Amino acid sequence: MKNTKGITSHAKSVKITKEKYLDMYLKMVQTRKFEEKAARLFVEGKVHGTAHFCIGEEATGIGVCSALENEDYILQTHRGHNQGIGKNMDINKMMAEFLGKETGYCKGKGGCMHIADFSVGSLGANGIVGGGIPLAVGAGLSQKYLKKDNITVGFFGDGASNEGTFHEALNLASVWKLPVLFVCTNNYYGMSTHVSKSMNIDDISVRASSYGIKGLALDGNDVVNIYKETLKAKEYVKENGPMLMVLNTYRWFGHSKSDPQAYRSKEEVKEWKEKCPIKRYSEFLIKEGLASKDDLEALDKQAEQDIINAVEFAENSPEPKIENIFDDVYAD
Amino acid sequence: MREITYADAIREAMSEEMRRDENIIFMGEDIGLYGGAFGVSRGMFEEFGEERVLDTPITEMAITGAAAGAAMTGLRPIAELMFSDFMTLAMDQLVNQAAKTRFQFGGQASVPMVLRAPGGSGTGAAEQHSQSLEAWVCHAPGLKVVIPSTPYDAKGLLKTAIRDNNPVVFIEQKLLYRTKGEVPEIEDDYTIPLGVADIKREGKDLTIITYGRMVQRSLEVADKYAEKGIEIEVIDIRSLVPLDKDCLIQSAKKTGKVVIVHEACQTGGFGGELSSVIVDSDAFFYLDAPVKRVGGLDVPIPYNPNLEALVVPTIDSISAAIDEIL
Ligand SMILES: Cc1ncc(C[n+]2csc(CCOP(=O)(O)OP(=O)(O)O)c2C)c(N)n1
Repeated sequence: MKNTKGITSHAKSVKITKEKYLDMYLKMVQTRKFEEKAARLFVEGKVHGTAHFCIGEEATGIGVCSALENEDYILQTHRGHNQGIGKNMDINKMMAEFLGKETGYCKGKGGCMHIADFSVGSLGANGIVGGGIPLAVGAGLSQKYLKKDNITVGFFGDGASNEGTFHEALNLASVWKLPVLFVCTNNYYGMSTHVSKSMNIDDISVRASSYGIKGLALDGNDVVNIYKETLKAKEYVKENGPMLMVLNTYRWFGHSKSDPQAYRSKEEVKEWKEKCPIKRYSEFLIKEGLASKDDLEALDKQAEQDIINAVEFAENSPEPKIENIFDDVYAD
Repeated sequence: MREITYADAIREAMSEEMRRDENIIFMGEDIGLYGGAFGVSRGMFEEFGEERVLDTPITEMAITGAAAGAAMTGLRPIAELMFSDFMTLAMDQLVNQAAKTRFQFGGQASVPMVLRAPGGSGTGAAEQHSQSLEAWVCHAPGLKVVIPSTPYDAKGLLKTAIRDNNPVVFIEQKLLYRTKGEVPEIEDDYTIPLGVADIKREGKDLTIITYGRMVQRSLEVADKYAEKGIEIEVIDIRSLVPLDKDCLIQSAKKTGKVVIVHEACQTGGFGGELSSVIVDSDAFFYLDAPVKRVGGLDVPIPYNPNLEALVVPTIDSISAAIDEIL
């Protein structure tokens, strides 16, 4: 396992309310439980298709999105439950979409790979690796043109940073000085391909320099630092135009539900599981006196109940009807 | 009525719409001071400034994606690809992103953008700058596809496309940019709805269904037959998606004979779709002969001017198809 060098910095000065701390914790646990439940629903044969789980990566989407306002936009990846929950998406509607129900975010037509909630600024997840990155440029262009004091975050993976979209989008956003924060979740693998086999650099953030923009590599399992750095990045991109933030983390599960994972060792996975972002965060909260063990257990229970409720909501929801299949192919 | 060129008509449509609606922006390669590779946007940069007429790097995928993203978030972008051939580079953003956004998110968003792109052969630009790829985009539900053949249609259809809440691929005919035609005065704001074909010439003996540059050629053919007392009806479909099926069906019923003409390669071309519309309908029972297709040859567009002229439908090849079923 290569270590990323990169620039790291600590945004020590940012003040975080206790409420914020606990909200981020709750969302990380909700994400994990959502996915654990989703994985079980596959085993039970209740869902078809595929899903990409971000267990182990919760700090990335939650940390970044917790620093955003409702009017800030995000473009999500195929592995984006943490990004959606971080952006305050409704867990019931997420689960209903996952089960393909009429009450889901996309009326059962999109599934979790295409989930979106425009009301909270989520412009959608994407099934095309790197497909959302140019869209983020367009959203940033709107914000700049309409003189909105907000930013767009384009999420993508390490694998996606080898796609043409990444390079074209960073270049264009840089030339136009758009308020776009490009966030690369580096989990070291694109399906089975380790970053060392897909690029000749250790630190993805150096790619920023080709476009004359700032690059920053962070520990992707440290939710507090990600949150603080995103707050700073927000101000930075509003002033200066785009920036590339790379969050180094790890996915515990296989790439999708059908992945035997022959490409990596059990030891490697174990090593990263010890760096669990949730465990680390709970220890931090207790050590800093921000929460007691009981407080966190209560939040764990709440998250668990939220997911039980979501599944119940989804399972009791109607199936979409074929009569409505032509709805929304075109706008009026 | 005054006469202006097809290129002028397109510029007028964009400029008038941009004056009307501040949220319309225009982006593309060299569209600013340079005025576009075909001079279509000359003067627009001076009028609207760099905030609204945005020169981009050479980056077709990002132009198309940025237009889609901006369209999802409150703007109404017009994006230009220098040649329609470069849609190949933009295909993911067009087909997988822009076209699908509304449906896959359950109607939460619309994507009111226009992607303008010059298409067609006839300029000696050879294989990679002369294609007619409209069938590719017609095959992606969620996109609308327009190809005007006259300055009048170009202006009226483009205005409608800009006001449409869907992604519209607006393919211009580069060989027609310099052709002139009657267009109402600037003050007379007019639009042409998408999905309404235009009967460019009435006739009772045979119907030619066509679009784009082949409209003029088909009219020439019809003139030639008129001298012999044969009245050919020429229908310009103008928008491929949505398609004015009724107009085609009615005309086929009236004349009983149909020839379909388009510049794009015949195999997999839009002509197959047009033919199907007719034989799938009750017009089938009125047909006196098989429906004939005259498409381009199934070859890339060659460089040599004689060859280039012969790989697309010609007066002779269209006439041959007509003679076969008259
Ligand atoms: C354009 C494209 N190519 C390939 C795929 C298949 N695919 C889906 S996810 C994935 C790996 C993506 O890796 P990365 O960007 O690092 O994100 P991660 O899955 O690691 O979160 C691949 C190859 C795809 N969906 N889209």
